[in-house]
Amino acid sequence: MKKLIAAFALALLPVVGFASEAGVELEKANIDLHNQAAIQRGAKYFTNYCMGCHSAKYVRYQLLKNVGLSESQIKDNLIFDGSKVGDLMSIAMPEAYAAGSFGAPAPDLTLEARRRSADWIYTYLKSFYTDPSRPTGVNNIVFPNVGMPNILWELEGIKDPVFKYEVHEGTHSVGSYDTEAEAEAAAKEMGEGHRVVKIVHGFERRTDGKLSDADFDQAVRDLTTYLTYIAEPMKLERQEMGVWVLLFLVVFTVLAYMMKKEWWKDVH
Amino acid sequence: MSFMNWIDERFPATKVWNEHLAQYYAPKNFNSWYFFGSLAMLVLVNQIVTGIWLAMAYKPDATLAFASVEYIMRDMDYGWLIRYMHSTGASAFFIVVYLHMFRGLMYGSYRKPRELLWIIGLVIYLAMMATAFFGYLLPWGQMSYWGAQVIVNLFSAVPFVGEELSVWIRGDFVISDATLNRFFALHFLLPFVLAALVFIHIVALHKVGSNNPDGIEIKKGPKGNRWSDTAPADGIPFHPYYSVKDIFGVGMFLILFAAVIFFWPDFGGLFLEAPNFEPANPLKTPPHIAPVWYFTPFYAMLRAVPPMFNSQFPGVVVMFASILIMFALPWLDRSPVKSIRYKGILFKIALAVFAVTFVVLAYLGLQPSTPTKTLLAQIFTGLYFAFFLLMPIYSKLDKTKPVPERVSE
Repeated sequence: MKKLIAAFALALLPVVGFASEAGVELEKANIDLHNQAAIQRGAKYFTNYCMGCHSAKYVRYQLLKNVGLSESQIKDNLIFDGSKVGDLMSIAMPEAYAAGSFGAPAPDLTLEARRRSADWIYTYLKSFYTDPSRPTGVNNIVFPNVGMPNILWELEGIKDPVFKYEVHEGTHSVGSYDTEAEAEAAAKEMGEGHRVVKIVHGFERRTDGKLSDADFDQAVRDLTTYLTYIAEPMKLERQEMGVWVLLFLVVFTVLAYMMKKEWWKDVH
Repeated sequence: MSFMNWIDERFPATKVWNEHLAQYYAPKNFNSWYFFGSLAMLVLVNQIVTGIWLAMAYKPDATLAFASVEYIMRDMDYGWLIRYMHSTGASAFFIVVYLHMFRGLMYGSYRKPRELLWIIGLVIYLAMMATAFFGYLLPWGQMSYWGAQVIVNLFSAVPFVGEELSVWIRGDFVISDATLNRFFALHFLLPFVLAALVFIHIVALHKVGSNNPDGIEIKKGPKGNRWSDTAPADGIPFHPYYSVKDIFGVGMFLILFAAVIFFWPDFGGLFLEAPNFEPANPLKTPPHIAPVWYFTPFYAMLRAVPPMFNSQFPGVVVMFASILIMFALPWLDRSPVKSIRYKGILFKIALAVFAVTFVVLAYLGLQPSTPTKTLLAQIFTGLYFAFFLLMPIYSKLDKTKPVPERVSE
């Protein structure tokens, strides 16, 4: 049985959200940086699925000691190329090889969460669909014509696109139709300056993956949590320190104000 | 006190202390707008101190620069704190200086006898802009690279010598390792030039004396106060009165400054821009290039001017003119009074419109240009210049109020 997945944040989520470059509303990743288990699982997904092509070359493996992993856990579960725990998470694939295979070298992902956003990564990884016109066989609504294959397909399963046909006047949509013929007829009726644009409106599952929908969402969320963590590992530390700094400064400023009042008593 | 005597016979320590602090008489009616001068000095010190520490780990090399910044953020003890203090400090510097300049506009601090003080201040502002521009290239992110590319290309619009000029500035035909090296050298040098200019600014200030919210020359008023028979009656010694007051101002400032550093260092992409988290790539132009927010009013004016005779040069002229015209300000204001408190409705409206204009231009400069936005930028560029060019007229027509003899309490 095919089930229609309303994967689009558009219909399901509140209007708040950042639009991606492609103008798609992004789903909220809802990550929690305090959740060390999620970061650990995300690290596992990252080293297993992403690091074939993507590096995180400004991060050292030993960073993960800060989220509760021991040196031997890191060595046994996350390092596959003989790197030392203190080494940077770089990869062996030469950029030229990647450029030849996928059209562009796979970008380093250390700062991807700051370059894009957590919501972008989360939505992007869930937005692959089959497209026979692409060399990888898949396309992505958040990043149209991306060179990356859907590396998580085994977990997620394969999704086909469900199209809608919109009639556009300039850049605005003035109507949405299920079939191309209906849309063409409507555009004709509306007259000059109206054209039909084919858009991916939702996904239809072709094959199930190893994970259920909820489990897959959690896996992508874990990976997003990990990528957000490595983009700014000191974020929680800085916020914690900030509370104390602000408390100190407030006390300092109150005292400074009292000192000023005292000195100025005889002026006014 | 024999030790101080020994010093004073060889170096005028006590004399300098008295002349510039303990017996320097400042008007007693400064309000909160007078915090921003001392705050600007504080931020300059912050930039120099954090900058030196960053320079200890930073590598001005096109292949290493980006990674060295991440090394500072991740592997250097409290490197992230030092870097955020520096990146937030750059924006904070412009905020306090813009407020400091606006204070000058409100209370007529540029008027005789403070014309030279205003001009030295503008030279400081130019040096600041140059320092910020050079510094912004150093992280070697996409926006660093393409922002510098756009700005240096402006010089190639200069007739006849433009191409050679821009190549001379870059040291290459595009922004490259050679450019990064020289920008680092200049970014290291200029803050010390700035410090020297600030010293000159203060020497000039202490020669003419501080203006105040009433725009009254306390030196011309009655003499004699609790400390001296010859000092202005409305003056109080800078130290301890304004030193303790400024410490309170520093506290207020640091609360806001720390809030940004610890809780919002990107400041919604204004202080640290998202595309700059991607290393510079000469082969990949970002879809939208904008300078950092403190340059955008001028960038908006640059883009507002359409190319003429196949040249961007007119826009470049307008952009530089928008800064240079500030030098003429002391001679454009024909009002008989200095402070906005005694100026009439015309000047008040003009200044309010000017403040709004500056903010709107800053916003427009951040946005990708559309026909509507370009039209808006053109209108506000007109308003920007009108504030200065029409000032001789409206400041003269303006109905002013009589200025009291003594400063208000």
